[in-house]
Amino acid sequence: MSGLGRLEGAFGGVEHVEVAAADGMPCVEVERDDLIALMTLLRDELGFEACTIVTAVDHFPREPRFQVVHQLLSLRHNDRVRVHCRVSEDDARVPSVTGLWPGAAYFEREAYDMFGLRFDGHADLKRLLMPEGYGHHPLRKDFPHQGIEPDRLYKEWDRARRHAAGSQG
Amino acid sequence: MSDSGMQTRLYELERGAVDRDDPLQGELMQLNMGPQHPATHGVLRLKVTLDGETVVAVEPVVGYLHRGKEKTCESLGWRKFFVHTDRLDYVQPVLNNIAYALALEKLAGLELPERAQTIRVLLMELSRIMAHLIYLGTTAIDLGAVTMFFWTFNEREKIYTLLDAWSGHRMNNTYVRVGGVYADLEERHETDMRAFVEQFPARIDEFERMLTRNRIWYDRNRGVAPISGADAIAWGLTGPNLRASGVDFDLRKRQPCSGYEHYDFEVPLGSDGDCYDRYLVRIEEMRQSVRICRQALDRLARSRGAEFLAEDRRYVLPPRADVGRSMEELIFQFKIVTDMALPAGEAYQGVESSKGELGFYVVSDGTSTPVRCHIRAPGLLSIQAIPVLAEGRLFSDMVAIIGSLDFVMGEVDR
Repeated sequence: MSGLGRLEGAFGGVEHVEVAAADGMPCVEVERDDLIALMTLLRDELGFEACTIVTAVDHFPREPRFQVVHQLLSLRHNDRVRVHCRVSEDDARVPSVTGLWPGAAYFEREAYDMFGLRFDGHADLKRLLMPEGYGHHPLRKDFPHQGIEPDRLYKEWDRARRHAAGSQG
Repeated sequence: MSDSGMQTRLYELERGAVDRDDPLQGELMQLNMGPQHPATHGVLRLKVTLDGETVVAVEPVVGYLHRGKEKTCESLGWRKFFVHTDRLDYVQPVLNNIAYALALEKLAGLELPERAQTIRVLLMELSRIMAHLIYLGTTAIDLGAVTMFFWTFNEREKIYTLLDAWSGHRMNNTYVRVGGVYADLEERHETDMRAFVEQFPARIDEFERMLTRNRIWYDRNRGVAPISGADAIAWGLTGPNLRASGVDFDLRKRQPCSGYEHYDFEVPLGSDGDCYDRYLVRIEEMRQSVRICRQALDRLARSRGAEFLAEDRRYVLPPRADVGRSMEELIFQFKIVTDMALPAGEAYQGVESSKGELGFYVVSDGTSTPVRCHIRAPGLLSIQAIPVLAEGRLFSDMVAIIGSLDFVMGEVDR
């Protein structure tokens, strides 16, 4: 039995693998190169007007390491769909969906910030929650919860402040 | 200045009209608003570029309250993370607890007793009223109506007292559990809640008498920062901000959880999607919440004494009295407290919170260590929409826009 419901057979030429999700949400996995084609199809043909989530799951140390998760909502048909796309650590790039849903821009910035995923085609890909120049991607599994040099940015700032105070005499 | 290049910038269209050689017209000013600005409702920072009083560009900077909640969930485990969900949107802690619990229950495939669901609905609606009161009070004080702040906080205090009587805490109760709630609502709690619910509509009328036809309030909100339904959807707005634009989508009606389908209420809609419509929608939502609360209290009165916690020893703690008497119950308690595991898989649960769709996306590998807990914060998308709404408008509208979008930084920054 398929969990895809009304999406059964609707993906036409786009290659995909159906995934059974515990919450019963229709869920497919695609290759990175097919992602935009599938997303365009979902938005334009199948009525998914809203993008509710763009995030990732880190499966470290398994490869391909990152599972990028897009979740869409159709207000008209009142249903959701989830799209998975696996990428490896060496080539952690995904095409951006901001051309389809401008509201996904912050989600992609957050995924870049937290996992170090690059979203090709994103107009302004920079950190969202962590400070600029932070240098790590905290939601990766190999990043410790206590943090790495948690006070580094503060020390740099403090050194610059002391330096400035000293130079004023 | 960042420019995503996708949004309509009213100002760009009119730029030709500005004479750059005229010293009184041409100069742009950078203004830093926040992160300690009181009107940003927390620690939001906005880098604003102004041409005179006109906002040319806005760049929101978030993250000042980032505490690594999602990472914390991975270290703490499913059960201990409940405490942290209170601190997301801290003006409606119980609703966050419930949304998180629902996601875990979905993954675990747990069925809830009817009374637990009814208690949750009641608490969710009280939370919604609490959060909308904060919106009303803070937005009004930002626009100069100081009295509103005291009136709304008076009402909030009453709800705090109700929650205090139930859980022993005013804020951050953490009294929701996987499988139900920690403690039942007793008859005295229900009586107090009904007394609050019965007197509250008169307070809403008072708020409305103060604001709805108030000249200053009307002028500062009507026609300010409208957004069309299609734009609101594309930018990911949800909840009252979306419904103010006339889009009829309420998760309580369309994808009901906790038995919302059994309650009789209406979904208020706006038409223009401006600040005034966002205000009217929230006022009406409080009235509808009162309706739901009344029905929930009636249901509670009928089911008094029934189970308020599911019977499933994989996720739900045994009663304390039994732990001292039974070896099995002691083992169950130990297992749940030390390492409660959820079945392998992923689940998403979106809940209609006061700010929009609050969602928890949880991934488990079958062990007690969470693989991922992603929190979909509706406020983050509201903040993302600030440039779309504010650019090309007067700077004084900025405060009205920020207030009307109604976000809480604890949830946005996580």
